[in-house]
Parts: sequence; C-alpha cells; structure tokens
Amino acid sequence: MIIGRIEEAKPGLVLDHHAFRGDSTAVALPERLLELAAFLFEEGFQQLLDVTAVDWYERDPRFDVVYHFLNLTTQDRLRVKIRLREGQAAPSLTGRFHSADWSEREVFDLFGIPFTGHPNLERLLMWRDFPGHPLRKDFPLDGGDAFCTGDTGTSYAGRPCSMEL
Amino acid sequence: MASTTHSFERLDDHRMVVNLGPSHPATHGTLRIILELEGEYVLRATPEIGYLHRGVEKLGENLSYAQFVPLTDRLNYCSSLMNNVGYAQAVEKLLDLRIPPRAELIRVLVSELARIGDHIICIGANAVDLGAYSAFLYLFKERETLYDLFDLAAGQRMHTSFTRIGGLFRDLPEPFMPLLRQFQESMPRAIDEMERLLTRNPIWVDRTKGVGGISAEQAISWGYTGPCLRAAGVPQDLRKAQPYLGYDSYDFDIPVGTTGDVYDRYVVRTEERRQGLRIVDQCARRLEEVGGPVLVEDYKVALPPKDKVYTRMESLIHHFKLVMHGIEMPVGEVYSATEAANGELGFYLVSDGAKSPYRIHVRPPCFPIFSSFSRLVEGRLVADVISVLGSLNIIAGELDR
Repeated sequence: MIIGRIEEAKPGLVLDHHAFRGDSTAVALPERLLELAAFLFEEGFQQLLDVTAVDWYERDPRFDVVYHFLNLTTQDRLRVKIRLREGQAAPSLTGRFHSADWSEREVFDLFGIPFTGHPNLERLLMWRDFPGHPLRKDFPLDGGDAFCTGDTGTSYAGRPCSMEL
Repeated sequence: MASTTHSFERLDDHRMVVNLGPSHPATHGTLRIILELEGEYVLRATPEIGYLHRGVEKLGENLSYAQFVPLTDRLNYCSSLMNNVGYAQAVEKLLDLRIPPRAELIRVLVSELARIGDHIICIGANAVDLGAYSAFLYLFKERETLYDLFDLAAGQRMHTSFTRIGGLFRDLPEPFMPLLRQFQESMPRAIDEMERLLTRNPIWVDRTKGVGGISAEQAISWGYTGPCLRAAGVPQDLRKAQPYLGYDSYDFDIPVGTTGDVYDRYVVRTEERRQGLRIVDQCARRLEEVGGPVLVEDYKVALPPKDKVYTRMESLIHHFKLVMHGIEMPVGEVYSATEAANGELGFYLVSDGAKSPYRIHVRPPCFPIFSSFSRLVEGRLVADVISVLGSLNIIAGELDR
C-alpha cells in the first residue's frame, strides 16, 4: 500500500521491495533516504521504532542498515533498508526523529557505520577506546583483543591475540 | 568518559558535576547519569549506558533458535515471561506456525501476570525512592504470590524460560489454579490499599505531578511506547491495535493520561494492573473450557514427548535431528512486536536457513525512552531526577542487552 504510494509520488525512490510473512520491506538508495523519510513522515509514519544493521560480510555492498517505521493511525509498519559499502556513511535521521539519536549511535558502535549529520556520534554500549565493532561477522565471539590476558597472550577461548600487550 | 571531561572543562564556581550511579540505590540496575548542576538545579543530564552489555545479539547469532530462550529471560528480568512470549512469537512468525489454543491462552495469562508484577516493581520502587515505604511493602507481598505462581508454572521464579518454539514447555500444574484464585482475590485489595496510600497523598502528588512531563508529539518522536506513551495521551496498545495471541477476544480497556508526567504514568500503570486482572479473570474461566496440548505436535519444530523418544525409532530420530541440527528455517526476515510491560518489545530476526539466526536484534522498549531522559529533567531539581527515573521503569538488562 504505502510502497505503491511512494512509487506513484516519487518514482525511483524505492529500488526494490518485497513482502514476507506480512512485513513489507522497501530498499532505498542511501543518498535518497532523507527524502524517503520525509515522505513517510508526511504519510503518517511518524514513529521510527528501531534502527539496526546486518553485516553481509561476503556481499558487496557489505552492510544493510534497517529502519522500522510505524504509522500510529493505520497501524501499518514499513521496513526500509539501505545498502552501504564498508566505510560509507549513512545520512542521519536525527533531524526528523529524536529516537534515531541513540539507535544510530548503537549501530555506529556495534557495526562501525558512520552517520553524517548526527549531533553526537559516539560509542554507546562499548567504552570509548574499545577495539573493533562487536556485531561485525569478522569480530570473534570471545570478545576480541580487549579481553586477551597479558599472561598467556591468548584470549580465554585459546585464540592468539593480534594486539601488542 | 568523554562527556565528563568535557563538562569539567566548562566548570566555574557555581557548577558541579554529580555522578548518579553506576551503583546507586535509586538507579535500580547498573546505569549512570552524569548530572551537571547549578545549585540544586539540573543543567544537563547525560546518561551513560552499557554497564550491563552482555552481547546478547552476538551470542544469539551463535546459538540455535531454541537456545536463545533463556537469554530472553535476562532482558527485562522483572517480567521474563513476556520476553519469552515475545521471542517465541517472533520465531513462530518466521516459521509461519500456529500454536495450539491452550498454549495461546496460557501465554496470555502468564503475560498479564508478568505485566502486573512488572508494574508492581515499577510503582513500588518509584514510591520507595520518594520515601513511601509502606506502599512498596503492601505491593511486594502480592509480588511474592506472583513469583510463587511463576515458580509453579515454569519451575523458576525469575528466569522462567517458559515458552518453547511452538508453545510451552509444560501445562500448568495442579496447584496453580487454587493459588491463582487466591491472588485474584487479594490483588485488587492490594491495589486499593496502595491507592489509599498514594493517589491522594499530598507528598506523592507534589513530588510527581507536573514532573517529567512530555507532549504526545514529542513522545512519539522520541520513540515512546507502552505506559509512558499512553500517559502522554496516545491510546496506542499493541494488544488492541495489532492484536496477537487472540487478545482481540478479551474484554479490557486502555487507560490514557493527559500530561505524560510521573503522576500520569503512575495512574496509567495502576489502571493497567486492574485491566490486567480483568484479562486474568477471563483467562482463568477459559482455562476450564479449553483443553488440548500446549505444544505443537509437529516434531520438525518441537521436541517429541520423552516416552515416545525412548520407545519409538522415528521420535528418537526427530529428537536427535532437532537437538543436533535445529529447526529447518525458511530464508527471510521478520520483525515481531508484542506489548511488554514497558512498551513495544520487538524482535528482528534474519534467517539464512541455518541452525542459528543470521542476525537477531532486540528492540527494548526502555531504550528510546531513556534516550530522552535529559529532556525530561533539564531545569528541574535533583530530587525530580529520582522521581522521573523511577517512573520510566528503566531495566538495565534490556537497555544494554
């Protein structure tokens, strides 16, 4: 429904869309995300419930940033995805949705995806000088170098440390 | 931390930086708020979170779908049952699986009991922070009965892990219903007693009315859900708006506030407990009529019963396949949301068809609410910080994951 309206009003804004188990997903270009968010806001999708990311480390572009919108009037939900290469920045939605503030910081913290236009892009859950981004698929499950012990030079899972201790 | 050093640089004679937490009796969990004060007034409050970050999402990517259930207990540990239900529902949505009617019914029952328990903790702790110890005591007596009920149902008081993918791990035991009836009788009295102690208590009203208010428009923009959004005047409740587990067949009302301040949140939560009891009453009546299994009899998803595993070859194979290789998952992604005690609890699952999810993301209700904390307390007294913090019901377990 909403995807049809977007395609009618702004052709080319939605690159691809699909539905699975009743969830509809729209894929957009990162450069046009702000335009899409503005249109969705006008259409009543005024709550940005969640921002997260998925690391498809073998794919190019590597990351999906996933936004979940809710329309409180019609109770429709829409998932918007943008695809980003390693190091490529996503536009920040903090200008329109206050809830994007911490969610984007979390994605920056755990995936290392920068957001342009964010007022305070700092780590949120991990400490400031933490090495690496934990939710990337190439980040080890045992916690990485930050949890290596100086005595043995290995992590507690037995993996050798790459960091100078 | 960056924000502290930054604020120290700007200090002059009048300003002071106070650390509230990470270990402070009023924070109810490990969270830290850096308060910049001018006298008794708050200039800026910067929440620092992550002290309880356990990497739940990373762990989930390396566990099978069934193994993630115990980790959901540790998200909002005040109402673990609701997290269990929310997660199981997300996986069932991914599988496109319908659970048996009795399982749905028991899930509704335990969710509402957990909601009552969660609100008891929120209001009780909020009151005790502001010095009203007796309300806390009256409420926690009932909470004890609730935890006995959880103990009977799930075998554990806190970390219940009650749901399985496709239903529940067991039916309610014999002694559950008599204790539930006792609770149904005593809980309304406890709410009345608590209301007599708080609702028109001048100290409570002075400390909560007009404190930490937020407009409906701002609340929506900040991503508020649940009682905090309803207190601001938005009648959004997923149980009514996007019914799941057959909630549309129950009779209950959604309380809404007007100003979104601490007092309104208290009133909304109080009324929600009464409405929760109404749903519990209806569940208890229906439980006598609705029989049948509490777990789907599809052995590609749920474990077959033990007596069959020991006696039949096919069941043994199913058991082995499920434990070793997990459930055969379709490729796709779902976002499933339930109305937890604090608001919308969402699970975003991405499956590539493997034994464990490719990505599992939890959308905790108190995360966006806490991000607006500075806005709620700026320009107010330090004492109001405690009052607002208690009313938001921040649970560090789900905040930090």
